Amino acid sequence: MNTGDTAFILFSSALVMLMTPGLALFYGGMARNKNILGTLMQSFIMLGIITVEWVLWGYSMAFGPDHAGIIGGLEWLGLRGVGMGPSAVYAPTIPHMAFMAFQCMFAIITPALISGAFAERMKFSAFVLFTLLWATLVYNPLAHWVWGAGGWLGRMGALDFAGGTVVHISSGISALAAALIIGRRRGYGTEAFIPHNLPMTVTGAGLLWFGWFGFNAGSALACNGLAANAFVVTHIASATAALSWITIEWLHRGRPTTLGAASGAVAGLVAITPGSGFVGPLAALIIGALVSVVCYCGILLKSKLGYDDSLDVVGIHGLGGTWGALATGLFASRLINPNGANGLFFGNPGQLWTQFLAVAVTWIFAFVMTSIILKVVDLVVGLRVTDEEEERGLDISQHNETGYSF
Amino acid sequence: MKKIEAIIKPDKLDEVKDGLAHLGIKGMTVTEVKGFGRQRGHKEVYRGAEYQVDFIPKVKIEVVLDSELVPQAIGLIQEKARTGQIGDGKIFVMSVETVVRIRTGEMGKGAI
Repeated sequence: MNTGDTAFILFSSALVMLMTPGLALFYGGMARNKNILGTLMQSFIMLGIITVEWVLWGYSMAFGPDHAGIIGGLEWLGLRGVGMGPSAVYAPTIPHMAFMAFQCMFAIITPALISGAFAERMKFSAFVLFTLLWATLVYNPLAHWVWGAGGWLGRMGALDFAGGTVVHISSGISALAAALIIGRRRGYGTEAFIPHNLPMTVTGAGLLWFGWFGFNAGSALACNGLAANAFVVTHIASATAALSWITIEWLHRGRPTTLGAASGAVAGLVAITPGSGFVGPLAALIIGALVSVVCYCGILLKSKLGYDDSLDVVGIHGLGGTWGALATGLFASRLINPNGANGLFFGNPGQLWTQFLAVAVTWIFAFVMTSIILKVVDLVVGLRVTDEEEERGLDISQHNETGYSF
Repeated sequence: MKKIEAIIKPDKLDEVKDGLAHLGIKGMTVTEVKGFGRQRGHKEVYRGAEYQVDFIPKVKIEVVLDSELVPQAIGLIQEKARTGQIGDGKIFVMSVETVVRIRTGEMGKGAI
C-alpha cells in the first residue's frame, strides 16, 4: 500500500462528497424561492440515503464478485470482506475501504442529478422510494457493467474513466423518462419560472468544479501522472466550455449571462468525465468548446419539444455525457493511458463504435428501468404533489418549513 | 387632513424624504412596490429562454399631513422625484377621516 495514493484517494473522496451539497446549491438557486428547501433537500438527503444503501448492499452489487458479467454478488453485504488492506482486484495500492468510500460518493451524487428534472413538483416520500429503487436497479448494475471486475461493458472495451456513462448519461436519460412521466409544472409555458437566486447557483457551480478534481483525478486511483492529466484536462474542458457557452449566448441572445457561464462550466466538466484519463489537453479544449454547442442546442430543442426538464439534466448531463463518451472514442490515446485504448484520431475507429454501443446500452437501460420504477412508485405512493401543494411550494407542503424569513 | 401616496423611482427616495423634512413633515411610511404605467418592462434571458418582466421596482411613500401643506408637499415631491423620463411616477391625494396617536390616545391634527 502507498501512503501517497491513500491520502490522495481519501482526499478525492471528500472532494466528490462536496459536489453533492454543491449540486444542491447549483439547483437550488435555479428553482423558485418557495421551493428552495425542497430542492436542496433532494440533493442533500442523498448523502444519507445512498450512503446507507451503499454500505448495506450497493457496493457489493456494483463491485462485488462478478456473476455472469451482469451484477456483483452479495458477498460484500454490509461491507463484509471490505477491510483496511487493499482489494485483490481494485486499486492495489490503497485500502479497500478507501476505494469503497470513493465509489460511495459517486453513487450518492448520481441520483441527486436526476432531481433537477422533476424539480418543484415531486412528493418527498415518492422521491425517497424512487431513489432507493433507482440506486439498486439502475446505478448498481450499470456501475458493475462498466467498472466492476468482469462487468460486460468494461470487458467489451468501453472507456469510461470517471463516470460519463455510469453517472451522467444514466442520470440524464433517467431524467428524460422522469420529465415525461411526471409531467410539466403547473404554469409551464405561461408563467415565468425565473431562477430566484443565481448567486447561489454560481456558488454551486464553483463547488462542483472544485469537487470534480476529485471526481476525475481521483479516478486514477493513484497519485500519479495520470491523475495530473485528468486534473488538467478537467480544468481545461470546463474553462473552454464556459467561454464557449457565453459566446453562443452573446451571439444568439445578445448578452453573456452568469447562468450561461455556470452552465457551460458544468457541461464541460460532464463532457470531459469519461475521457479524463484517456485524452490530452488539446483534445480537452475541443471537447469543452463543442459541448456547449451540443447542450445549448439540446436546451433549445427542449422548448420546442415541450417537456419540462426543469433544470436541464437531459440537456447538460444526458447530452453532455453522450458527447463526452463519443469524444473519448475520437481522442483517446494509449500515449496518455497505456491501459486504455486509441480512439479514431489515433488510428482506431473501432473504439468509437464501442463507445457508441456503451452509450446506447446506457440510454436504453436507464430509460426503460427508470420508467418502470416511476410507474411502480406512482402506484404505491403517488409521484406528484397536489395542485395546491405545488402552488404553496415544496418547502411548506413537504417540509413544514420556509426557506427565507426576512 | 390628507394623505399623499407617491409612487416614485427608488433612487429618489432619500431626496424626497429630506425635502419633506424641510417642510416640517417628519413621519412617513415607505414600501417597496412593483408596478408599471407607461414605462415598459425589460427582457431577461435564462438558458436561452426569454422572459418579459413587466413590473418595475418602485417605492411608495405614504404621508398624512395637514391639508394646508398639501400643495407645497406635492410641489416638493415633484421637484425632487422628477427625472424627465417616463417612469417618474405619480402622486395621489386622498382625505383622511381620523388620525390617532397610539401611545397617548390623541386624535386629530395634533396626532399627525
